[in-house]
Amino acid sequence: MTSDKLSVLGNISSSQLNRRALLSGGVGVAAISMLAACSPGGSTPSGSGSKTTTLGSGASDDVPKRAYAAVVAAFQKKSGDTVKTNTVAHNDFQNNINTYLQGSPDDSFTWFAGYRMRYYAAKGLSAPIDDVWDKIGDNFSEGLTKASTADDGKKYFVPNYNYPWGFFYRKSVWAAKGYTVPAKFDDLIALSKQMQADGLVPIAFADKDGWPAMGTFDYINMRTNGYQFHMDLTAHKESWDQKKVKDVFDNWKQLLPYQSTNALGLTWQEGAQLLGEGKAGMYLLGSFVTQQFTDATVLADIDFFPFPEIAEEGTTAVEAPIDGLMLSKKGGSNPAAKALLQFMGTPAGQEAYFSVDKSNLMTAKGADTSGYSDFNKKLADVIGNAKSISQFFDRDALPAMANNVMIPALQGFLKDGTIDTANLEAQAKALYAAQ
Amino acid sequence: MADTPIGAFAPARSVKAPGRLRRRYSLLTRRDKIVLAVMVTIPTLIQLVFIWIPTVLSILLSFVRWNGLAFSDIRPAGTANYDFVFKDYPPFIPALQHNVLWLVFLAVIATPIGLLLAILLDQNIRGSRIYQSIFFAPVMLSLVLIGVIWQLFYSQNNGLLNFLLGTSGTPRAIDWFGDPNINIWAALIAATWRHAGYVMILYLAGLKGVDPALREAASLDGANAVQTFFRIVFPVMRPINIVIVVITIIESLRAFDIVYIINGGRNGLELISALVIQNLVGEGQVIGVGSALAVILLVVSLVPIVIYLSRTFKKDA
Repeated sequence: MTSDKLSVLGNISSSQLNRRALLSGGVGVAAISMLAACSPGGSTPSGSGSKTTTLGSGASDDVPKRAYAAVVAAFQKKSGDTVKTNTVAHNDFQNNINTYLQGSPDDSFTWFAGYRMRYYAAKGLSAPIDDVWDKIGDNFSEGLTKASTADDGKKYFVPNYNYPWGFFYRKSVWAAKGYTVPAKFDDLIALSKQMQADGLVPIAFADKDGWPAMGTFDYINMRTNGYQFHMDLTAHKESWDQKKVKDVFDNWKQLLPYQSTNALGLTWQEGAQLLGEGKAGMYLLGSFVTQQFTDATVLADIDFFPFPEIAEEGTTAVEAPIDGLMLSKKGGSNPAAKALLQFMGTPAGQEAYFSVDKSNLMTAKGADTSGYSDFNKKLADVIGNAKSISQFFDRDALPAMANNVMIPALQGFLKDGTIDTANLEAQAKALYAAQ
Repeated sequence: MADTPIGAFAPARSVKAPGRLRRRYSLLTRRDKIVLAVMVTIPTLIQLVFIWIPTVLSILLSFVRWNGLAFSDIRPAGTANYDFVFKDYPPFIPALQHNVLWLVFLAVIATPIGLLLAILLDQNIRGSRIYQSIFFAPVMLSLVLIGVIWQLFYSQNNGLLNFLLGTSGTPRAIDWFGDPNINIWAALIAATWRHAGYVMILYLAGLKGVDPALREAASLDGANAVQTFFRIVFPVMRPINIVIVVITIIESLRAFDIVYIINGGRNGLELISALVIQNLVGEGQVIGVGSALAVILLVVSLVPIVIYLSRTFKKDA
């Protein structure tokens, strides 16, 4: 059984961390034709003055796909340029990004902020777009600007939308029991204790798929050691085998008795169900959790608060994964491609996207938010006021570290509350060295 | 080769015209030889390209550090990947143990169940074909469907099993997938569901092939059904038994799909094949470590293969 044979099988494996695949309720299998699908048939002339460009899109689900089509239509109308979009199944796009960027990629492509952006920037596989940022820079907050900047200080990414992580809860349940939003970690624990006494699962938690635990880890780490430590740790500039990391797990251990005890067998959708049915007091997840509440009255009953303060003062850092566009190396010399990215960074571009996909938040200042619900507005405020925006762990860290090391390690921690930080460091050393 | 003058070996036998003799013994025409060459070359090439070259490359890659991007990023690593797997990689030892458990379970439970089904269905009972189809159906299902079906059985809050136990949605619900002490058995039952059907079909074919005269003779000698089966029928099916042993070993080594669908092969469901995939595919690829795991799986696979081949050849010799 050779590795190659297995790697064909492995296309099946793509969905591990992927919410979209989980959403669609199945495991993506039809992945083998991917390489062919990835490279656009004819390459576009990309000399100066070009009026045509290509966009490689991993937004293959119905809503995002139509939303990007709306962006492209608005851009074409405004600029007179032509954009050819190549959409590839979401998981396949992510899994084959290495081959894609090294082969004949499209001029621009949908991607994520964080390490995943900085990594390809450092490898020279994507083009810097400081000239674009000169024009759109004022549209973005400090946190978003930072999240679009790579290690060399240049910008490589234009944010489209994002969505914060935090505690989601049902207003009616809280009102009935007289709960109030906790400001500090101790308040959170006191509240959890109260909820448990009231017969609720205090904090819904579901980690069968492995990734949701990372959000909890990220938040406790940022609230314990600050945003910069989160960045340094995920970039492996800090060791895993140190007191600061142990503190994170010690703090988490205080929460463990209040999280769903059987979390390792639950999917995040089942966790959302607990919250929706009022069996759980709150649920720490991304705002995409609201997609699970199809009942309008339940949806209207959902509110949100950011993770409370622990040792760090305040809650100025927020975990809010950002999706947007990047330019491939080849696209860097195509003015039409740059114009498209610039358009994405303007209120007009983001409004075009939001007009179709309302489950995410626009990131550009001045975008027309009259379509936002009060809940949307609250989410947006939390992000807008944030000094630093962290990405989800697997976007800030080396993906191999996230998938191969952290998922099993965190699942082990959830089982018995113990963790071997020396082993985490040993694994991190080996994996980061391979990059 | 067939053109070599036979006369050289048997000069005394033929003194007739050499031309005639040559024609008579020249079994292969030019065209035959081309066909033969093609028939030998193409499978050899296929074998080389799809099996030997990848195998050798896997072995080579297990001694490097590589992120799977540019070839210029490849750096020699010595045995670092193997050190990592054996010393620092926590899922590895559980994966080895689970592979062994998988083999034992299939051999001791799943295969005998398949044999039992075959014997029962061989008894000219009414609707035998319908039962056959039912038991064989899982073998034909795609793995995605198998995953979906077993999720429906096992899910904590919405699953059939917890519903039947009356624990669905309560804290007493059995965590079939999440509890690492239970989920391997849950996965093994799902695997048995498929493996038993496969074994059943093979044994059914074997049973049909047993000469009825043997059974008749046995019953004339006063053997009861059990004695007939274990003393006569089972030994006669030796070729089938060997195939079944090989299939069982292969199935346990390549076990992957069910655990992968349940939770990606983590949290109690580690198998070497799942670890290989986790390390080789996707953004998180660490080619060196994944290749090292693949080589370990190869070495493990070679053990039963070598035993099987040496036994087979010994028999032929």
